[in-house]
Amino acid sequence: MQDFGEAFRLAFGLVLSADADLIEIIALSLRVSLTAVAIACAAGLPIGAAVAMARFRGRTATIILLNALMGLPPVVIGLLVYLLLSNAGPLGWLQLLYTPAAMITAQAILITPIVAALSREVVEQLHNEYAEQFRSLCVPTLTAVGTLLWDARYSLITVALAGFGRAVAEVGAVIIVGGNIAHLTRVMTTAIALETSKGDLELALALGIVLITLALTVNAAVMALRLTATRYAYA
Amino acid sequence: MLDLVATAKRAEQAESAGISVLPGEARGLVYRVADRTLIDGIDLTLCGGTVTVVMGPNGAGKSLLLRLLHGMLTPTEGKVLWCGEPLTGALRLRQAMVFQRPVLLRRSVAANIRFVLKLRGDGARKRTDEILEEAGLAMQAGQPARLLSGGEQQRLSLARALALEPQVLFLDEPTTSLDPAATAAIEAIVTRAHRRGTKIVFVTHDLGQARRLADEVVFLDQGRIAEHTPASRFFANPASEAARDYLAGRLVLQ
Repeated sequence: MQDFGEAFRLAFGLVLSADADLIEIIALSLRVSLTAVAIACAAGLPIGAAVAMARFRGRTATIILLNALMGLPPVVIGLLVYLLLSNAGPLGWLQLLYTPAAMITAQAILITPIVAALSREVVEQLHNEYAEQFRSLCVPTLTAVGTLLWDARYSLITVALAGFGRAVAEVGAVIIVGGNIAHLTRVMTTAIALETSKGDLELALALGIVLITLALTVNAAVMALRLTATRYAYA
Repeated sequence: MLDLVATAKRAEQAESAGISVLPGEARGLVYRVADRTLIDGIDLTLCGGTVTVVMGPNGAGKSLLLRLLHGMLTPTEGKVLWCGEPLTGALRLRQAMVFQRPVLLRRSVAANIRFVLKLRGDGARKRTDEILEEAGLAMQAGQPARLLSGGEQQRLSLARALALEPQVLFLDEPTTSLDPAATAAIEAIVTRAHRRGTKIVFVTHDLGQARRLADEVVFLDQGRIAEHTPASRFFANPASEAARDYLAGRLVLQ
């Protein structure tokens, strides 16, 4: 039990002293997950908006598929991206396996359906409200899409934050395609897994503390956004 | 496609020559949903310069008629013509509609006006200020539109429709949930627009409002026009039984 308390003391020490290894790992985590979120939004928001506004055959099936893909198991995505990027795979020539780019790819694939499915819901709700007025005003389709995305921006930012939360906390995909290589592809979650299995609890705990703080911050940001949006009746 | 281009061109020419898109005509208009005939063979001509009030019991097809005339719905049979042309986007640009429940963008009051001005290629701040001034909303310009009171929201919705300088303005029971003061404000704006030459097509349940506004009344009953007469004759001496019952305050059951 003394070890346990000692581990916590050392962990806080690492966080407070801004340990170089710790900072490097956090920075890479943020870089990988934020880039993945940016890519997922670039792909997922237009998909979500298109499915929300368009009426086509198989639309319900598409929505079911998007919703189902939200629950993709990270290890399976990791495995698929690994197969694609390994030397024998179709994209092996890119030589991306065990690089941050591979981790970004895996996380982007993991959270694009989340962004698409959640933004579909948000945009569709607003579209139902605006549609008749827009028809009356003869609003061109592209202007309508832009208006819906802008007017739904508060809700859409929370969608992006949900995607970020999922990306930064997942371990299964990045450990397979990144390999947890020190100073190269070691992120918070993979480091925690490794250090714990090595018995080096203080670094694992320090990273755990940072990860939990990050999760709390993201959730607080979501809450603050919702409150602001409600206050201005923009939600 | 060629037709569309030609129609758009004619509409543009009409616009540039200051020619009205009126008269509006409905010819043999039928609208069915599943097996129910909701609009049942309506022939109607709407001329410029008048306020046409559409009345009738619930379910008579008033809102549907408005939507068909404005091209929001496609009729099952028959056609809608404006200035002798089928209704296209180019012609609908010369019309505007105010709905029973105002649909306001989640933006500020001024941004709601700017949105439609920009759609028509006119984003001038000065115009926005003038429009808000006229609607009595200048003080609220920076406020979120959806935090306005019900009456103010409908005034904004009406101001936004008029910002398009439409030749025809459709109003679908715009004052149903408003108090007398807010109703009076809406009526005043509609009357001013009418004086400036906008054709008004106003759906209402409110007999007092119909008396105040109407030049002519279209009375609908079960998807058909029971009568279409000048307002003075309608209120003094309604020709149809349905209208007589309605005016007498008797329950008109479908």
